[in-house]
Amino acid sequence: MKPAPFDYVRPGTLEEALQALAGHPEAKVLAGGQSLVPLLSMRLAAPAVLVDINDLPGLDHVRVSADGVRVGALARHAAVLRDPDVARVQPLVPLALANVAHATIRNRGTTVGSLVHADAAAEMPMVLRLLDGSLDVVGPGGRRTIPVAELYVGPLESSLHHDEIAVEAFFPALAPHTGVAFEEIARRHGDYAMCGVAAVVTVEGDRVVKASAGYLSVSDIPTVVDLTEALDGSISDASLAAAAEAALEQLDPETDIHATADYRAHLARVLTARVVTAAYENAREEKA
Amino acid sequence: MSTEQTHEIRLNVNGVEHQAAVPARRLLSDALRHDLGLTGTHVGCEHGVCGACTVLVDGQPMRSCLMFAVSAAGHEITTVEGLSRPDGELGPVQQAFRECHGLQCGFCTPGFLTTITAGIAENPDPTEDEARDMVAGNLCRCTGYQNIVKAVCRAAELARSDEDGAA
Ligand SMILES: Cc1cc2nc3c(=O)[nH]c(=O)nc-3n(C[C@H](O)[C@H](O)[C@H](O)COP(=O)(O)OP(=O)(O)OC[C@H]3O[C@@H](n4cnc5c(N)ncnc54)[C@H](O)[C@@H]3O)c2cc1C
Ligand code: FES
Ligand code: FES
Repeated sequence: MKPAPFDYVRPGTLEEALQALAGHPEAKVLAGGQSLVPLLSMRLAAPAVLVDINDLPGLDHVRVSADGVRVGALARHAAVLRDPDVARVQPLVPLALANVAHATIRNRGTTVGSLVHADAAAEMPMVLRLLDGSLDVVGPGGRRTIPVAELYVGPLESSLHHDEIAVEAFFPALAPHTGVAFEEIARRHGDYAMCGVAAVVTVEGDRVVKASAGYLSVSDIPTVVDLTEALDGSISDASLAAAAEAALEQLDPETDIHATADYRAHLARVLTARVVTAAYENAREEKA
Repeated sequence: MSTEQTHEIRLNVNGVEHQAAVPARRLLSDALRHDLGLTGTHVGCEHGVCGACTVLVDGQPMRSCLMFAVSAAGHEITTVEGLSRPDGELGPVQQAFRECHGLQCGFCTPGFLTTITAGIAENPDPTEDEARDMVAGNLCRCTGYQNIVKAVCRAAELARSDEDGAA
């Protein structure tokens, strides 16, 4: 199928882009198009106006500093993934990005677009949530920072206003004595996963002092669970099983054409144990 | 319904500047095939999954079914028609597909050829695993992929010997 007709503008400044969005209640931002164009072609969306932001200057940056990684709205997944400084400051970002679609999709799709699209099956919204990052957006009233805790409000729904443009995401740096890990299971490499889990674990010596895990495709919004209490300081078969059960209490796996709810729950259990263990070992190696 | 507004665009495809008047919703894949008559680019799923429509945009593989022609204006597009040698002989990736039986019906082939062309430019000596990874985003319903993976390695070899010859 083909998209329904729409008006198209490709402004050269952020101000013009904001005006174009404000000018029509059914205007939509077009970034990489890797989620939006399929929706248009399937006629699941039919905006009256598309505001193509690909010509906006100064938005394709990947800026790394000691406190974290700042990703501009036009930085493609591929550019973020390829940046060695990103891996140094927050290794969870490239670990997860390598699982976002295929290289060809990553060449065009933007990380910020994925964050706005707010798919509970997508890697980066979950990662932003797990790392407690934020998204900067600009609207008619100026610029504001949305903490990730306020960003995801429902299935495929972020708290961005219709007339706002997301300009930069912030992924906080890895804390000292902290390790991360990510694993997902998909039917085919590069597909959306049936279940994916990321973990962040902080240690003091051999003791776990803080642990949390993020889940994708097992609930309808990106979900993070605090596992500190369930693990009770240590990594053992029993504590990992307790952690997985604690997580499942807050998840809501559903059956669809890719997997049954039971199978998804099973994957969540197995992956929780694996990634928490891996993050723990990475934290212990992180002696700095 | 009123007639749809069209945009005058210039598309640089395989080094040739083309002009077309297209509605904003014209997918790049359709513009290549219908407006420019370059039917080498194939369309399978039209939602980014199969890879048949893959073209190079400024040298990088992208799905032409997930891009509007109006957005492609100003970029250099390379389609399968642009992969042969200047004298019309098969380019290294095409030659490798022929030698290794990398195709049967050929429907998926244009997308593989463009993807691999960019892949071996970035990684001139891929291992078999890397070759598999390179084509992981392209679907083929005929070959079972074994010969395609062989063709990736052979294409890299041919491209390397081209380089040596040129140096
Ligand atoms: C075959 C295939 C497989 C895929 N697999 C995965 C996968 O495994 N994991 C995954 O996470 N993703 C996957 N994706 C989606 C991909 O990651 C997209 O790139 C991403 O979801 C959206 O980024 P985009 O720049 O393409 O946004 P677009 O498609 O342009 O936009 C998506 C939505 O966000 C809005 N938007 C985008 N940018 C902004 C902005 N700066 N300000 C305000 N609104 C904005 C748009 O209006 C639209 O509603 C896949 C896509 C395809 C086609
Ligand atoms: S037709 Fe574009 S990916 Fe299938
Ligand atoms: S050769 Fe027939 S689909 Fe690949």
